[in-house]
Amino acid sequence: MSQGISLQPSRQLRRRYRAERRFKAYCVGALLLSIAFLVLFFSDMVRQGHSAFIQTEIQAEVTYNEDTVKFTNESVDESIAPLVSRAFFRSIPRRVDADPSLMGTTETLWLTATADVDQYRKKYSDRLEPEMQSTLERLESEGKVSYGFNKGLFTSGDSKIPSNAGLWSAFVGTFYVMLVVLAVSFPIGVATAIYLEEFAPDNRFTQGVEININNLAAVPSILFGLLGLAIFINFFGVPRSSALAGGLTLSLMTLPVIIISTRAALRAVPQNIRQGAQAVGASRWQAIRDHVLPLSLPGILTGTIIGVAQAMGETAPLLLIGMIAYIPDAPTSMTEAATVLPAQIFTWAGMPERAYVSLTAAGILVLLSLLITLNATAVILRNRFERRW
Amino acid sequence: MKLRLQHSLGVAAVAVGSLAAIGTAQAAEQIRIVGSSTVYPFSSYVAEELGATSDIRTPVVESTGSGGGMKLFCGGVGDNTPDITNASRRMKPSEFQMCQDNGVTDITENVVGFDGIVVAQSKQDDAIDLSREQITLAVAAKVPQDGKLVDNPYTKWSDIDSSLPDREILIYGPPTSSGTRDAFEELVMEHGSENIDGYGEAYTTIRQDGKYVPSGENDNLIVQKLAQNKDAFGVFGFSYLEENRDKIQGAKVDGVEPERDLISSGEYPVSRSLFFYTKNAHIEKVKGMEDYVDMFLSDQMVSDRGYLKNLGLIPLPADRLKAERSEWESRAKLKASDLKG
Repeated sequence: MSQGISLQPSRQLRRRYRAERRFKAYCVGALLLSIAFLVLFFSDMVRQGHSAFIQTEIQAEVTYNEDTVKFTNESVDESIAPLVSRAFFRSIPRRVDADPSLMGTTETLWLTATADVDQYRKKYSDRLEPEMQSTLERLESEGKVSYGFNKGLFTSGDSKIPSNAGLWSAFVGTFYVMLVVLAVSFPIGVATAIYLEEFAPDNRFTQGVEININNLAAVPSILFGLLGLAIFINFFGVPRSSALAGGLTLSLMTLPVIIISTRAALRAVPQNIRQGAQAVGASRWQAIRDHVLPLSLPGILTGTIIGVAQAMGETAPLLLIGMIAYIPDAPTSMTEAATVLPAQIFTWAGMPERAYVSLTAAGILVLLSLLITLNATAVILRNRFERRW
Repeated sequence: MKLRLQHSLGVAAVAVGSLAAIGTAQAAEQIRIVGSSTVYPFSSYVAEELGATSDIRTPVVESTGSGGGMKLFCGGVGDNTPDITNASRRMKPSEFQMCQDNGVTDITENVVGFDGIVVAQSKQDDAIDLSREQITLAVAAKVPQDGKLVDNPYTKWSDIDSSLPDREILIYGPPTSSGTRDAFEELVMEHGSENIDGYGEAYTTIRQDGKYVPSGENDNLIVQKLAQNKDAFGVFGFSYLEENRDKIQGAKVDGVEPERDLISSGEYPVSRSLFFYTKNAHIEKVKGMEDYVDMFLSDQMVSDRGYLKNLGLIPLPADRLKAERSEWESRAKLKASDLKG
């Protein structure tokens, strides 16, 4: 121990501590900033979107007869009719067709109100004619107006009548598209990864392939849209706007993600496993099939789910292949026109009617909860089944 | 684990195989409509009505812009080409030629109504009356000064005309890809520049020094900007003004208020016709095409008591609508000579 060393930290040391504290503060600041943005975004979406999950309904007596089938507006009381959504009136002839016994009867129903009435009640706009305002007040005092859960949001397709617009066709479209994405990119991606990781010799060619795959993961998605348009639609003649075209295009995007994560999962399996299997006489393929793949499956699935979730939120490439369009009917096959959730949100965001603002936000909330569910599944899979060596 | 894995790989292989099979199958016939984003709300409303009230599958309506729609529509006859295209301007002779070259020769043209292009500002601003010449001088890239064209020096409206307010020039408007931009250039700038000494000919180049901000195809965004910034003006379709009257107001153009009646009568100067073009060769093959066009031209939709009026379409006068219907009834074939002049 020399006399020169004091027990007090030197100035230099203090400066280093200070620098460290400063650095830590920056990092915490960055974290807080991103959390603040997230909270802001979520609360804004919830604020705007929550009201779209409920909808104003009006109780009215509906009369079915020869006249009201033709002039459907006359099926309910003259003063109430302007408050009721047109989506109901135009359904009357078909309702009567489907159930002829309705003819000549009267029934009391809760009918969806027009978007104007709904917006007025939710205090988003004051644009309601005074006459209708007083009718609404009268109905409210009679207990004939209430909020109901907006079932249509989940059971009907897109509509130009805001009170009738829903996400159903987009759900079905998303399901079909993701089916195609999975069916195409999972087997191809996993097989590619197995070859590159387990069989391929390390030479210039495979190195080139590797670099290109890593680059592909970073290519802007709009380019995949152009590729999809040129190859799948114009060259192979896949129908425009179809789930097949969309799925194939998005598969191109998902492939690199799956390949990269599968390779990482395979690499995480220790060499001893392969050597052990081969030592007792297993072929390379047997060792992979029976030991390496099952052990790396949780990792592979995690990567796949994340890749699919990414594809699910994608819109740009779909713009070019005609999937961002007015497609209210849910597709019944891979070749019929389909739209997907983010495309539906995009379409709603551009509509002039005010009611679509909350519908857009509600759509975003639904999409986000789907994505969170998917990603949570990935995390759970990883935590439950992944083995550490 | 092993069994499950082999099973899932097998399922995947079958799925890929069946996909290939589906790909070669014929697509079910469904009406396909493309074209202008301005006509899109009206067109898709009619499509929805057709789907909801009949057994015909709801037509697919894609908003590609007028030009993009023409390109797809004129791409040929048969599968994978659209049946109808909407346009917020008339088909150009060059587009007609492209159609002819690709075998799309039997086309019927119809006008469904009008759309006004408004110059809007925040509701808190004082009402303003702009002439088309003043608007042209505010947005042109070059303006005449002392007999020469020079880079636009105006930064305030009062620089253009001392009777205008002392207010920064800031205009949010449509980008070059938009039909609204085409119409704005034609109806405002061409007219304006022809009435200003020094241009000599129609001048439609818009300045790029930040005073005119091209704002994507999302007009809701422009409305939000106007509500926030009292200096700004926005250029967009009438329906967005109609829907947001609580936040914004339209400027008078050449002394005329942007009101429905004044646009319909043609008094409001910045209004254009909205068109759609029908590919008659598809009528036989695609179920419901005739019903769709019939419905689009019906009183229920486009007359001045029709539903589309609520969405911001400015209806045709009754006699004009009648003429449009008889054009369609006779499947009048569009000729190159129709498009000139």
